[in-house]
Amino acid sequence: MNFPGRLIAVEGLDGSGKSTQIHLLKKWLEVEGLKVFFSEWNSSELVKSATSKGKNRQLLTPTTFSLIHATDFADRYERQLMPLLRAGYIVLCDRYIFTAYVRDTVRGCSPRWVRGIYNFAALPDLTFFFKADLEVSLARILDGRPELKYFEAGMDLHLSSDPYESFRLFQGRMIERYLSMSDEFRFITVDANQPIETQQSFVRETVASRLKLAAFARNKARAS
Amino acid sequence: MSTARLKKSAARQNIIMLPPRTKRRFYGDGIPGVDLEKLAGKLIVIEGADGSGRSTQISRLVEWLEGCGHATIQVGLKRSTLVSEELDRAQHGNTLSRTTLSLFYATDFADQLENVILPSLRAGMMVLADRYIYTLMARDLVRGMDEDWLKNLYGIALVPDAVFYLNVSPEELVQRTFQKKLALDYWESGMDVGLSRDMFDSFLKYQTLVEEQFKHLQSNYDFTIIDGHRPSNAIFAELQQRIEAVLAGLVKP
Repeated sequence: MNFPGRLIAVEGLDGSGKSTQIHLLKKWLEVEGLKVFFSEWNSSELVKSATSKGKNRQLLTPTTFSLIHATDFADRYERQLMPLLRAGYIVLCDRYIFTAYVRDTVRGCSPRWVRGIYNFAALPDLTFFFKADLEVSLARILDGRPELKYFEAGMDLHLSSDPYESFRLFQGRMIERYLSMSDEFRFITVDANQPIETQQSFVRETVASRLKLAAFARNKARAS
Repeated sequence: MSTARLKKSAARQNIIMLPPRTKRRFYGDGIPGVDLEKLAGKLIVIEGADGSGRSTQISRLVEWLEGCGHATIQVGLKRSTLVSEELDRAQHGNTLSRTTLSLFYATDFADQLENVILPSLRAGMMVLADRYIYTLMARDLVRGMDEDWLKNLYGIALVPDAVFYLNVSPEELVQRTFQKKLALDYWESGMDVGLSRDMFDSFLKYQTLVEEQFKHLQSNYDFTIIDGHRPSNAIFAELQQRIEAVLAGLVKP
């Protein structure tokens, strides 16, 4: 489908710093006076109660885990992302369909099935992949010895009975999947081991060179 | 007849036929990690609109099958622990767009498939499904969803041992619905599709479209169309006869 808006996604492991980067990108685009909208993975109000029930009571299997996240995505996509793209917004997504490809296939769902389900979604114009050393990402999450949630730690995969070890193994498998689809989906790889400012400069420069930012000005209609 | 022979023949009468195993498959990629060889029970699906006589036939089939010594369990749509409440709430508010609603129903189906249908089949039970993926697909097709997308989505479903579609004309469905509740249901009338602002018109148009999609699906998903206009006893007799053939291993999924 043709639409005047542009879609930018960030992907990467938990602790890769991608949320910080997309937050800073959003701030900049707002300061520039552009039409910008930000959406997070797994945040649809409507599906939330089912998702949290499934997670808290550990009711989810790989298939239902996948489907409930697809439902959440579809709700945001049909109600917000697509209408905003059609209205000419720059839409920023913290995690996009690649997160599902990676997580669901690591859990054992068929890659063809998962991709088929998400084939209604437009591919992003720019996908930034934040590539940090596995140990760096792990340290960012695990340093505080947080309470890891069951599905977050990938405990349902039965890789290890220790949540921290399970989390390590799970993240390790996910990074492999991300790397294997990097060329196919033209990921723009950001070295997430660099300082925050260095990464953000690269992100802003890339966005400025690839998008005609002036076209997304909020007050364009009145000015012209 | 001697007492010994009498005892022997009575014992023989009490021997319950064990349905032979059939080779099972999923429609597509299936559910990860399921050992199809272990699904000993039988999956029998009854499809049809509200008012087609599904529930009546299913309760009679349960009585009959249990009488024959087969453990039986019933499943249906929108009964999952995971999402049935949320689905109800979403439907009530009519706030979901079509892909979302479709995926929500698929989640409900998958939850029951994995938590009820597959474990029951593993335990060797007769699973009677009050509707299956075909209703979900037909409804979505009427709403313009892509057929290949739906086929892939429901590739998780197990191919049943038998599928019966109770076919009743929309005109007759209207009469039966009024006899039962004196009101048409918003969703069963397809009011969200925008066929007509008049509920009666919309019901007839919508049910006709659903029926067309069922007939279309029949070419891909082999199922038996049962004429639902006949008396309940005649329909039951036909179902019994066909299910007996399934249990005897004469019909393969």
